[in-house]
Amino acid sequence: MELLSGADMIARFLQDEGIEYIYGYPGGSVLHIYDALFRQDKVKHILVRHEQAATHMADGYARATGKAGTVLVTSGPGATNTITGIATAFTDSIPMVVLCGQVPSTLVGEDAFQETDMMGVSRPVVKHNLTVRHPSEIPEILKKAYYIAQTGRPGPVVVDIPKDMTTPNERYEYVYPKKVKLRSYNPVVRGHSGQIKKAVDMLLAAKRPVLYAGGGVILGKASDKLKEIAQLLNYPVTNTLMGLGSYPATDRQHLGMLGMHGSYEANMAMHHADLIVSIGARFDDRVTNAIDKFCPGARIVHIDIDPASISKTVEVDVPIVGPVDSVLKEMLALIKESKQSPDEDALASWWKTIDGWKAFHGGRFEPSKDSIKPQQAIEALYKVTKGNAFVTSDVGQHQMFAAQYYKFDKPNRWINSGGLGTMGFGFPAAMGIKLNFPDEDVVCVTGEGSIQMNIQELSTCKQYDLPVKVLILNNQSLGMVKQWQDMNYESRHAQSYMESLPDFTKLVEAYGHEGLTVEKLEDLEPTLEKAFAMKDKLVFINVLVDPHEHVYPMQIARGSMKDMWLSKTERT
Amino acid sequence: MRRIISVLLENEPGALSRVVGLFSQRNYNIETLTVAATEDPTLSRMTVTTRGSDKVIEQITKQLNKLIEVVKLVDLTEGAHIERELMLIKLKASGSQRAEIKRTVDIFRGQIVDVTSSIYTVQLAGNSDKLDAFIQTIGASCILEVVRSGVSGIARGEKVLSL
Repeated sequence: MELLSGADMIARFLQDEGIEYIYGYPGGSVLHIYDALFRQDKVKHILVRHEQAATHMADGYARATGKAGTVLVTSGPGATNTITGIATAFTDSIPMVVLCGQVPSTLVGEDAFQETDMMGVSRPVVKHNLTVRHPSEIPEILKKAYYIAQTGRPGPVVVDIPKDMTTPNERYEYVYPKKVKLRSYNPVVRGHSGQIKKAVDMLLAAKRPVLYAGGGVILGKASDKLKEIAQLLNYPVTNTLMGLGSYPATDRQHLGMLGMHGSYEANMAMHHADLIVSIGARFDDRVTNAIDKFCPGARIVHIDIDPASISKTVEVDVPIVGPVDSVLKEMLALIKESKQSPDEDALASWWKTIDGWKAFHGGRFEPSKDSIKPQQAIEALYKVTKGNAFVTSDVGQHQMFAAQYYKFDKPNRWINSGGLGTMGFGFPAAMGIKLNFPDEDVVCVTGEGSIQMNIQELSTCKQYDLPVKVLILNNQSLGMVKQWQDMNYESRHAQSYMESLPDFTKLVEAYGHEGLTVEKLEDLEPTLEKAFAMKDKLVFINVLVDPHEHVYPMQIARGSMKDMWLSKTERT
Repeated sequence: MRRIISVLLENEPGALSRVVGLFSQRNYNIETLTVAATEDPTLSRMTVTTRGSDKVIEQITKQLNKLIEVVKLVDLTEGAHIERELMLIKLKASGSQRAEIKRTVDIFRGQIVDVTSSIYTVQLAGNSDKLDAFIQTIGASCILEVVRSGVSGIARGEKVLSL
């Protein structure tokens, strides 16, 4: 029997749980824990410059590896600074455990220095939160936290730890709990076979089917099954923003992304489908446009691990609650066994229609000779990295251009804040990935607005030698805000113009990194080549792009899937 | 439609606020809420009355089920059930009013649980409609104070909400 202090139990538990990195920032309430971490060398701590970045780093790591990321922060401001990152992970169902210090339990509720009710503050944006009431509970509580974060529909879990729970001179028995059981939490392990059978019958009888796959396919590690089903049946696949990479983007059957900035053919196919099979996607409003006009002729099958996601916004005909991987596996077996096969004639004519849409408007833009179009920058990035990089993004036009023009053939390579839309996410997320995949190219595609929301992490990158690449599509404005102002506010650009931009090259040099600027189209590719050739350097590539470019297609607000602007002047 | 959702949840600090938070966060309304520990001290039983379409109620029950502390729940209004609410009501009762109020209390099968020379305090149990009806009958002019407990409900017959 081993006696450990609460702080040592935490350090020890993290070792036993196999946690390699934690991201955090010390402070008064967590000093015992930091001391315990100092006295061991298995769990490595990464000191960020702002707690929000710690959560995004943990998040980037989780999205790239599928394992829970871990964050450690102090009470009060340390804890509240993580809220944006926690909410980001919550909206996109990312497993994460956030350990927050708390003032000693004797001071809780007294408005003590650096006290906030983190349980209360975080409640609406966590999958669950737990508080330590006695040091002896620590191993069990931490085990519960990781179990809840990583099972079922994943999500962030906050653990609130009052300082007196970690006091060095109080020691209790430590046993690593191998298993955890919660009578009130039993995530489903497989879908209902009757429903799966019904879905397969509908799938095989469909004349105009579309497989609509979301982030759940990636989280559920089911990309290979999705691919097998789609290719076996020769059915078209469209992805949500979160689902990009779950089906190879360069494959003929891939229609691209759907929704607000989805491809013409994806949105048209959805609107005209007679069967939509939603796999790990939740009918977000950025996908469906107006619900009452959504896919009028389609019957809908919805596979999701979260029962509450089913029929939340769109009424579905066949709900299947279960892990995507096991449901698709069962479907695949039934399809192979079935005597029925897809209606070849109907399918041929469906593909002909889709190919017609593709030919009519294949997501093109007007290249320019005098300026760099942002789309060209992404195409060049794709070419230079051969489509193999981990690409994180922030939020705005650059995000949509990256989603549209970088072709993701593998899952877990496109890392972005789809649900919450968090500016400042991309750079720290890229750092979290680079730390764990040091030999891979990791690039953050961002804007000059977004990058400034967590630019202080250039310092962390220097400290830990994280040679990520940062590609700014610099249009000197909050591009997506400006686009909406152009379209809906007669081009009154209220606060969307970025004045007093720093000289990014000098800025990154001040932090000890490399900075490159691209002003001419002909320099674009060579500069990117040069940047990616500097394997051991963080390179910041500031690309001055055409400030007037809009993202198209763009769905027309309150319309159906097929109502889109295709350019500034042309609409469906 | 008015619904009564009965929830068994872990008797832990914070569990109640999680349920209440869920309602406000998702723009659902709680009409009444009653909660206490059950015969098993590790479990609380909560009765929530709310209003909403079938779709809304389905979402409420699904979202409640997602809370880690929620062990089990049932929509009592889906089947035969008994519901009771307790009311304590303080009434001005003097002169000729006294006898009239006593008669009304008897008709509603209430009990006068406290008396002064000018006041009756009445205890009344029943479903919410009955309590509403009493308030209406007795009239606003003589009501000094009303305290209502919120609904407690249980299914009729063999059906049991337990582990």
